[in-house]
Amino acid sequence: MIPGPFSYHRPVTLADAVKLLSTLGDDARPLAGGHSLVPMMKLRLATPEHLVDLHGIDALKGIRRDGTRIVIGAMTTQHDLLASDEIARSLPILHETALLIADPQVRYRGTIGGNVANGDPGNDMPALMMTLGASYRLEGPGGARDLPASDFYQGAYFTALEPGEILTSISVPAAAAGHGYAYEKLKRKIGDYATAAAAVVLTMAGGKVATCTIGLTNLNETPLLATDAAKIVIGTSLDEATLKKAAAAAEAIMSPASDARGPAEYRKHVGGIMVTRALTRAAARAS
Amino acid sequence: MNDMTPTREQREAKLEGMGCKRKRVEDIRFTQGKGNYVDDVKLPGMLHGDFVRSPHAHARVKSINSEEALKVPGVLAVITAETLKTVNLAWMPTLAGDVQMVLADGKVLFQNQEVAFVVATDRYAADDGINKVVVEYEALPVLVDPFKAMDADAPVLREDLAGKTTGAHGPRKHHNHVFEWTVGDKDLTDAAFKKADVTIKEMISYHRTHPSPLETCQCVCSFDKIKGELTIWGTFQAPHVIRTVVALIAKIPEHKIHVIAPDIGGGFGNKVGAYPGYICAAVASIVTGKPVKWVEDRIENLTATSFARDYHMTTEIAATKEGKVTGLRVHVLADHGAFDACADPSKWPAGFFNIVTGSYDFPTAHLAVDGIYTNKAPGGVAYRCSFRVTEAAYCIERGMDILAQKLGMDPAELRLKNFIKPEQFPYHSALGWEYDSGDYHTAMRKMMESVDYAGLRKEQAEKRAAFKRGETREIMGLGVSFFTEIVGAGPSKNCDILGIAMFDSCEIRMHPTGAGIARVGSKSQGQGHETTWAQIIATEIGIPSDDIMIEEGNTDTAPYGLGTYGSRSTPVAGAAIAMAARKIKAKAQMIAAYKLEVHEGDLEWDIDGFRVKGLPEKTMSMKDICWAAYNSVPPGMEPGLEAVSYYDPPNMTYPFGAYICVMNIDVDTGVYKVRRFYALDDCGTRINPMIIEGQVHGGLTEAFAIAMGQEIRYDDEGNVVTGSFMDFFMPTAVETPHWETDFTVTPSPHHPIGAKGVGESPNVGGVPAFSNAVNDAFSFLGSTHIQMPHDYWRNWKAAKNLGVFA
Ligand SMILES: Cc1cc2nc3c(=O)[nH]c(=O)nc-3n(C[C@H](O)[C@H](O)[C@H](O)COP(=O)(O)OP(=O)(O)OC[C@H]3O[C@@H](n4cnc5c(N)ncnc54)[C@H](O)[C@@H]3O)c2cc1C
Repeated sequence: MIPGPFSYHRPVTLADAVKLLSTLGDDARPLAGGHSLVPMMKLRLATPEHLVDLHGIDALKGIRRDGTRIVIGAMTTQHDLLASDEIARSLPILHETALLIADPQVRYRGTIGGNVANGDPGNDMPALMMTLGASYRLEGPGGARDLPASDFYQGAYFTALEPGEILTSISVPAAAAGHGYAYEKLKRKIGDYATAAAAVVLTMAGGKVATCTIGLTNLNETPLLATDAAKIVIGTSLDEATLKKAAAAAEAIMSPASDARGPAEYRKHVGGIMVTRALTRAAARAS
Repeated sequence: MNDMTPTREQREAKLEGMGCKRKRVEDIRFTQGKGNYVDDVKLPGMLHGDFVRSPHAHARVKSINSEEALKVPGVLAVITAETLKTVNLAWMPTLAGDVQMVLADGKVLFQNQEVAFVVATDRYAADDGINKVVVEYEALPVLVDPFKAMDADAPVLREDLAGKTTGAHGPRKHHNHVFEWTVGDKDLTDAAFKKADVTIKEMISYHRTHPSPLETCQCVCSFDKIKGELTIWGTFQAPHVIRTVVALIAKIPEHKIHVIAPDIGGGFGNKVGAYPGYICAAVASIVTGKPVKWVEDRIENLTATSFARDYHMTTEIAATKEGKVTGLRVHVLADHGAFDACADPSKWPAGFFNIVTGSYDFPTAHLAVDGIYTNKAPGGVAYRCSFRVTEAAYCIERGMDILAQKLGMDPAELRLKNFIKPEQFPYHSALGWEYDSGDYHTAMRKMMESVDYAGLRKEQAEKRAAFKRGETREIMGLGVSFFTEIVGAGPSKNCDILGIAMFDSCEIRMHPTGAGIARVGSKSQGQGHETTWAQIIATEIGIPSDDIMIEEGNTDTAPYGLGTYGSRSTPVAGAAIAMAARKIKAKAQMIAAYKLEVHEGDLEWDIDGFRVKGLPEKTMSMKDICWAAYNSVPPGMEPGLEAVSYYDPPNMTYPFGAYICVMNIDVDTGVYKVRRFYALDDCGTRINPMIIEGQVHGGLTEAFAIAMGQEIRYDDEGNVVTGSFMDFFMPTAVETPHWETDFTVTPSPHHPIGAKGVGESPNVGGVPAFSNAVNDAFSFLGSTHIQMPHDYWRNWKAAKNLGVFA
C-alpha cells in the first residue's frame, strides 16, 4: 500500500499542464482529486513517474450557464456539484447521482473531470453524461476538440483521450422543462461502487412517454446507453408488460463481471430492476 | 450534623463506583487524537520492515534473489528463511501446538504468505525493495475446499509433518489432518437418536471471516546490544504471554525482555497470537542494532494475520414429537488453513465448542471435531467470542430453529420448552460444563413481551399470505436467538496457555493522600478498563474512581496476566481487582481500629470508610486511613497500603441473552432491511451500564456484518477475493441497524462481585439472530437452511432456488 517513486508538478496554467504532459509522455498522469488514481498507485497497479496536479489551474474550476447548456469545469468537485443551485435547478439528476457517490470525504476531493476521464466502469458519472447528451472538451498539444460523452469510452480504463490531452470541461444541455429523472443505484454499502445502476431522463406527454434516454453503470466494460429499452417505452404509459420488456432489452446488452458484488447473472437481473425502478420514478416526477 | 455534611447518597455518588454510568476516562485522549498507538512510537534511527509475500496459494520456492533489492537506496537487509535458520527461527511454535513458518521455507502454503522481510530506512524504500526481490516459484496443486482435504489424492500441504502420525492433540488420520477431538457419550447419544420420534440433520457452515480491527497488527522492536535487552512495543492483547513466548523461542532471558502494549485500536482476537512480523522485526533489530518497526496494511491484515471461524458443522438433533430434545450430535470439519494457529487455551483444540448444547437441557450429546489443513491463511482466532463459542451458539441456535420448523412449532416456544430451568443451576451439561447460574425463561419472556412477539408473528402470517397472493415482493423474518456464553478462561484445572495457568492479576498501591494506582494483567483494546476497573475499586474501598489510576500493558510494571480476550477480563482480572481491593480494605480496617481505639470487630463498613458499630459519629474515612498507613500503623504492622492478588477462578461464568431480529427482504434484489433488533443481555452484576451498552452496540454491529456479508472468500486457485474494505463488508453508520438493549441480572455465584463478562455476548448471540431472521423469512417457501453470509446476491439466489421467479 505504498506507491512507487514519482515526481510532482503543479502548473498554474492549462498551457503549462499540457506542455508538461506532452513532454513527459506516457510516464506522466494528470492528478485531480486523486481518489481513483492514488489508491491504484498505492497498490502499484499504476506507477506514473510524474504527477501533474491540476489543482493550481483556476480555469478548470466552476459551474456556469452558457445559453441552454451548463458548463462544468473538470476540477469541480462532487461536493461543489451538490452545493450548486444551478445544478439543482437545471440538472437535478446530477445532484441525485453525486449524492450516491461514496461518502462526503471522497466527494470533497473527487472531481467530475477525474470521474469521467478515469474510464473505470464503476464510476457513476460517465453513464449519466451519456444519458444527458453531454460533451467533453479535450485540450492537448494539437489544440482543443469537443467529443460527445458517448464516443469517449472504449474499454475499461481506455478512453479517447490522446497523449498529452486534458479534459477541461463538460458541457451538458439543460434538461427539458417538466422532465422526469431518476438515478437508481444498488450498492452493498456506503463507499461501494454500483452492483448495478441506471439513469433515466424522460419527458411525458398525455400520460405517455414522449422522449426517454437510459444509461447503465457498471454493467459492462464501458458505460452503456440502453437505446432499445428506451425505444420500447416511448409511446407507452409504462405499464407492467412494457417495463418488463424494457428491462429485458436492457439486460440483453449488459455483460457485467462476476465479482464480490455477485455473479454476472445477479448483476444483470438487478440491472433490469434498476431500469424498471428508474423509469417508474422518473415518470412520477415528470409533469 | 450541619448542612454541609454530605448525605449517604451524595457520598455514594461521589465514588462513581459499580453501577454508575461513568463516562469513559480514556475517551478524553482518544477523542482529541491524543492516544498513543504503536505507530506513534518513533525512535531515533528507527528502521522499517515490510514483507515480500507470495502471490501463490501453494508453490515451491525455487529461489529468492535479493541482489537488486539491496541496491535500492535505503534498503539495508533482506531477511529470508535462510537468515532465520542461523538463529533457529525460520519456524515458530503456534499457541495451538503446531509450528508455523516465519518466512517461506522451501514452499508457500497460502496466498500472501511471508516470503522475505525487507529492512530499510523508511517505509517507502522498504516497499521499493520488496518490488525488486525476485522469487522464483513452481506452482503446486491448490487445496481450497475443506471437504476435499482428506481425500486420498489430496495434495500434501505440510511436508514438514511427513510421517508424523500424532500431532499436539493426538492421532492424525491423513496428511492434511490436524487433530480429532471428541467429547460426550457416543453410545448413549446414538441410542437417543434411535429412539427419537423426530430428528433433524443439517450441514451448517460458519464461513471464514476476520476480526479486522481498525488498527492492524504492528510492532516496534528495539534490541540494546550493550545491555542485551529487547524492548517490544506491540498491539498485544496478551503482553505477558508474548514476553514468555519471546523468551522461549529467542532464548533471551525473560527479565531482559520488555513488552509494552500501548493504546490498542481494537483487537477482537486478531492480536492474541504471535505473527511472523514480530519475529522478523526482532531479528532485524538484533541484526542491525537499530529499532525496527513493522506495520501491517489492511490487505495484509485481512489476508495473512489470523482469520476466524471456518467451521462446517453437521448438526443433528433428536426430539420427541412434543418437542422435547433428547440428543445432540455434531460433527465439525474445522478449516485451520496452512498452520494450526488457533489461539485457544492449550488443551482445547476446538476451544469451548462443547458449549454447543447451548441453553437447553440435552440429556446426552456427542461432538467430534476434525481439524484440517488447506491452502489458506493460518489462524482460527476467537473473533469477539470466547473460544469457538460463537460457532457453537450459531450451530445450536440454527439447529433449534430447524427442529422447530420440522415439528411445526414456534421457535420461541420450542426454546422455552427445552431451557435449563432456574432450579437446575449449577447445571452439568452433557458435554462437561458446569453452568454457574441462569434464568432463561424470565429473559426469554421479557424479550417476547418487549417486542410483542405474538403481534410480530401475526404480521408475518399476513405478509406471507399477501406474498402468496402476489401483492408484495417482500418477505418478513423473525430471528430468535437465545445464547449461553462460556467466558472467563479460566480455572487452572482446565485452562493454560503454553503451560501457564489462565489466572489474572491486580496490584493496588494506595498513596498517602488517598489516591492510588492499580496495575492489572489484562489489556484494554477499547473495552474501557481504565474506567470500569477504577469503579470496582471505588465501590470496594470507598475511594472515588477519579482518584484511581489504572495501568495495563507494560510487562515491567503490571503483574503477570494472561491478557484480554474471550471476555475474560471482568470474570478473571475483575475478580483479582476486587480481591486485591479487599486486601487493602482488610488492612485499612486494622489501621482504623487502632486509630479509633476499638476492636476490628467493632467496626463496620459504611460507603467510604469505617464507623464504630452503634456510634455512627465515630468514623474514619478511607482517605484518612491512607494517610495513617504512612505514619501511624499499629505496632508490628508494616507501613504502606498495597496489595497484590492473583486470581484463579473456580469456574467459568455463563452470561446469556435473548435476542430477536425483525427483517424484511425484497426477493427481487435480495436487499434486506433490519426493521428492529432487540438484545437482552444478562451479564450478572453490571459495573458500568453505559459501557455495557457500548459493548453490546459494537458486538451487534460486528454480528450484523458477519451474518450479512463479511467473509474471507477464496477462489478455486486460492486467491483471496475479499481482501480490502471494498469487498470485505465493514458496515458504516448508514448500514448499521438501530439497536435496542435490555437486561436482566443473574449474578455469578462464584465471582467476587457477581459479574460475568459481556464484551462478546452480542457477537455470539447476534449472528444466529440475523441468520435465523433470514432463514425464517424464507422458510415458508420451503427452505430449511440457507448458508451465511446473507448478502444481497445470496438472498436473491436463495429466492431463485426456491422458485420465486418461476
Ligand atoms: C471509497 C471510494 C468510493 C468511491 N465510490 C465511487 C462511486 O460509488 N462512484 C463513483 O463514480 N466514484 C466513486 N469513487 C471514485 C471517486 O468518485 C473519484 O474521485 C473519481 O472517480 C475520480 O476523480 P478524482 O478527481 O479523484 O480523479 P483522480 O483519481 O485524480 O484521477 C482519475 C484518473 O483520471 C485522470 N484524470 C483526472 N482528471 C483528469 C482530467 N481533467 N483530464 C484528463 N485526465 C484526468 C487521472 O490521470 C487518473 O487516471 C470512489 C472513490 C473512493 C475512494
